[in-house]
Amino acid sequence: MSSHLTSQVRLRKFSGFSFLCLALSILAVSLPGLSFAQVDTFEFETQEQQKRFRSLSDELRCPMCQNTSLSGSTGGVAEDLRREVHRMIMEGMSDEQIEQFMYERYGDFIFYKPRLKPETILLWFGPLLFFLIGAIVLVNIWRKAKKMDAEPVVVTGDSKSRLDALIAEHDRSKAVAKNSNE
Amino acid sequence: MNRSLAFLPVAAFVILALVMWRGLYLDSKELPSMLIDKPMPAFDLTTVDGTSVTNDSLPSEPFLLNVWGSYCLPCLVEHPTFMRLSESGEIPIVGVNYRDQKALALNWLEDNGNPYAFSILDEPGRFGIDLGVYGAPETYLVDSKGVIRYRHVSVLDETVWREVFEPAIAELRAEEAE
Repeated sequence: MSSHLTSQVRLRKFSGFSFLCLALSILAVSLPGLSFAQVDTFEFETQEQQKRFRSLSDELRCPMCQNTSLSGSTGGVAEDLRREVHRMIMEGMSDEQIEQFMYERYGDFIFYKPRLKPETILLWFGPLLFFLIGAIVLVNIWRKAKKMDAEPVVVTGDSKSRLDALIAEHDRSKAVAKNSNE
Repeated sequence: MNRSLAFLPVAAFVILALVMWRGLYLDSKELPSMLIDKPMPAFDLTTVDGTSVTNDSLPSEPFLLNVWGSYCLPCLVEHPTFMRLSESGEIPIVGVNYRDQKALALNWLEDNGNPYAFSILDEPGRFGIDLGVYGAPETYLVDSKGVIRYRHVSVLDETVWREVFEPAIAELRAEEAE
């Protein structure tokens, strides 16, 4: 006899302690797929199938109510798509086949992780690009500063005489201060 | 170091600002359809009045495919436009009754008028998935070979008709007349 599992997720009761509330809301934020899952009663034959259903409906985006996953959406089309995901899992289709099915109908938008292709290269590597630009600028500044430190400072001509005068002035005032202290 | 490099951050800022400026005016709700220039998905269903329909039942000239439901308020907003189009015989309109109930759909057509050559009954929303529908109303422009040429999401009112559909249909008819 196969044990029938449901994808039902129960929200646990919690007491009024604020600490517990805080802990639970942190949990709720970190596990969006679990804590806001819509309650469908799909039956699976194996735990594996149920796990795949969970992860697929967390990774696929609801096309109607944007920024919610299929599992978190109450939208009509999300309900239909969850049913399709369940049907395809039960028919033995692989995750890739199911993703392809969704892609052919709803495009890149359906994936929270869009596929890597020319149109999505900037999306994937844009942050890396900005990081590299920042790193290059940083390294350049650092190297320039190092070079400046390493070079001896050569002062000549007009600036040299002005500098000498300033140093002499400084020494004098120091000497005066020393004398008045004694 | 090269002095012109000093303008690099300014240039980067300007480019980024332009991209984001454009982003402000993009409608993120309007997703591109994956079915543009693809044939309409195969179907073997019934109409809301129970006659069976397949791809062969589709008009053999350019037509509109309108996704509607009796629960859908924006559909009522665009309905007068479809009524006018069907009365003047401007272009055939095929309906897809999406995620609705047959009885409610029939009532709705009786109350508001029926601009459709026929309405494909899609109670479970399965045909809608094949079309890449994400909610009524949506309207597709399909050519005489059954290839989807354009999709409009949300209300197709007189303004959208005049500014988008009329020119697109004229272009399509000119292309097919060649």
